[in-house]
Amino acid sequence: MAIALIDYGAGNLTSVVKGFRAVGADVHIVGSLEELAGASAIVVPGVGHFAATATLTAEWRTAITRATDAGVPLLGICLGLQWLFEGSDEAPGQPGLGMLPGRCFRLSGEVKVPHVGWNTLRFSKPASRLLDGVTEGASAYFTHSYAAPIGHATAADTTHGLPFAAAVERDRVFGVQFHPEKSGATGLRILENFMGVVRGGR
Amino acid sequence: MLAKRLIACLDVRDGRVVKGVNFLGLRNAGDPAKLADRYNREGIDELTVLDVTATIEGRGALLETIREVSRRIFIPLAVGGGIRTLDDAKAVIDAGADKVSLNSAALADPGLVTAVAGTYGSQAVIVAIDAKRGDAGFEVFARSGTTKAPREAVAWAREAADHGAGEILLTSIDRDGTRAGFDCELTAAVSQAVQIPVIASGGAGTPEHFADVFSAGCADAALAASIFHFSEHAVRDLKVFLSEHGVPMRLDW
Repeated sequence: MAIALIDYGAGNLTSVVKGFRAVGADVHIVGSLEELAGASAIVVPGVGHFAATATLTAEWRTAITRATDAGVPLLGICLGLQWLFEGSDEAPGQPGLGMLPGRCFRLSGEVKVPHVGWNTLRFSKPASRLLDGVTEGASAYFTHSYAAPIGHATAADTTHGLPFAAAVERDRVFGVQFHPEKSGATGLRILENFMGVVRGGR
Repeated sequence: MLAKRLIACLDVRDGRVVKGVNFLGLRNAGDPAKLADRYNREGIDELTVLDVTATIEGRGALLETIREVSRRIFIPLAVGGGIRTLDDAKAVIDAGADKVSLNSAALADPGLVTAVAGTYGSQAVIVAIDAKRGDAGFEVFARSGTTKAPREAVAWAREAADHGAGEILLTSIDRDGTRAGFDCELTAAVSQAVQIPVIASGGAGTPEHFADVFSAGCADAALAASIFHFSEHAVRDLKVFLSEHGVPMRLDW
């Protein structure tokens, strides 16, 4: 059973596919609801504007919610993490999936925005399945202007002007604001950990 | 804290690295994938493949190079040189590039920047600016520095950002190849004028030059080619040096 990587037109998926294949995952790019059925896990990638998530219509949201309710692991990457929340100031009229509470906000402060480059992960949970084997303070590659608020689901946070959720996990719902497929050994370890959840039902 | 980035540039022609391949201990130094792999092991933060080919056959080889590099190396990969259309950008991105670097084509048609950013996001678009000191300030040149463009570097950087560029790759023509240090004044002028990251290029000769461009030059990243070939641990040693001099660096890899 393959991992469904949802293609909703928000950027290029080549690197994400390569990252998953590098950790031995069978990953399929999925562009329709029919193809989602039977997936062993769902990955929502994405870069760019929150408005792009409008392509993920109510039907998509229902299908994804049903799948996660049935225990199918979900991983949001970058914009995909932000979409797990209720919405974003970037596109106020566009609702997110709402699985996690809070709204995404624009980064600000005495820093350049967008936040582009390698930044460090500060752990927020004593035991994270997603960050298993990753060292506190490890670096990951970010590229974004908006970010998700820190909350109970936050597994790691990062600060760029303001602190924000860098990794989230609750039950079988996971998200990373950085790009694991571009974060070297740390990123591949995180993808492996997600695959561990998918395979082992952790 | 956001680290300053070190970016290694591989100048590639017909699928082979053509500059800075004089490192004696490295077998097949001209193989871009092998060189990329070595830099990755030494802790480079990002790679840029600059295509200096002018032929159709060479473009095919470039795509194969991108596939080879991106299959093995999981850090950001930018590709520049000869990208003139959205289709050119698509070809290198489909092959595995995360970012494309636009130079002459962006000067000729800034709408190309908007088109690529609209399709792939601003994070995928670098506008490369080759600048030279002149009577009118920092003058911009196109076509590998051979043709003067009717632009000033700081204004063009602002315009490129407004058109959707996600980063600026700023090369000092005056310093390129001299090993006399980056043009910190040029870099600071551009970096302070735009919100997007500025990558400094041209003139790297010593570790101190990097420290200078990250402090006085306000650079967010620095790109170099030949300096990383000097010794086997050039990248690692440079990162340790910069870290000891107060520059935030990624030291885990």
